[in-house]
Amino acid sequence: MVDPLRPLHELPDAAIALHAVADDWRDAIRASAQALAAAGFAEPEYGERMIALVEEFGPYIVIAPGLALAHARPGPDVHGAGLSIVTLAQPVAFGHSHNDPVSVVLGLAATENDQHVASIASLANVFNDESVIPAIAAAVTADEVRALLRRASSQPAAGA
Amino acid sequence: MKIVALCGAGIGTSEILRVNAVRVLERLDIDAEVTASDVAGIGSAAADAQVILTSPGLVGAIGRTNADIVVIDNYFDLEEIQQKLETAVG
Repeated sequence: MVDPLRPLHELPDAAIALHAVADDWRDAIRASAQALAAAGFAEPEYGERMIALVEEFGPYIVIAPGLALAHARPGPDVHGAGLSIVTLAQPVAFGHSHNDPVSVVLGLAATENDQHVASIASLANVFNDESVIPAIAAAVTADEVRALLRRASSQPAAGA
Repeated sequence: MKIVALCGAGIGTSEILRVNAVRVLERLDIDAEVTASDVAGIGSAAADAQVILTSPGLVGAIGRTNADIVVIDNYFDLEEIQQKLETAVG
């Protein structure tokens, strides 16, 4: 693994955008790409490829109630493995049959070398606690978000 | 047993589903190989699989298969994954 994801609780301020205004799911995904770009993980245009993935395959990226994991395949518009977290001032619908509306969008950028980053497992450790998504959606500072991620990832996963 | 977790791009969501399926299978004491695949690779990835795990919207993209298709709404809900996997393989 050449370029592993950094631990979630070390997300830089630039990769965290709180209470962003988004008119629809495309806007919400663009906001997550902007945060990835602000942190240097990808070009803003990466967002258009993340949108295209949903247009092609539907809203399957909404993987839990209130949470979307926006991502696309590795490409020249990705500079390194990274995550962003965007919370929305007003939740938006993605068209998912079970998990709408979305209030937290995780942006994921991955390079060819780390398609199956081990750190994805740490995402599962954090979000297997169902209280974390509404808590992040309500957070008002980046430090608060990092504290939630740190607390959750330091606890053993449910059932593990 | 072979299980495939399916998503559109083969990164991110299918990996989360794979990780949580492995946790559930350990809990159930079921010996299975769980891999992650994108839609383009599902034909070969699932050729000898017993179960395909995926999200509601991707079922239509799978095409013909002999595997049981298990639809997961909440990828972080280990109880949901356990209940549906038990039904599929039990």
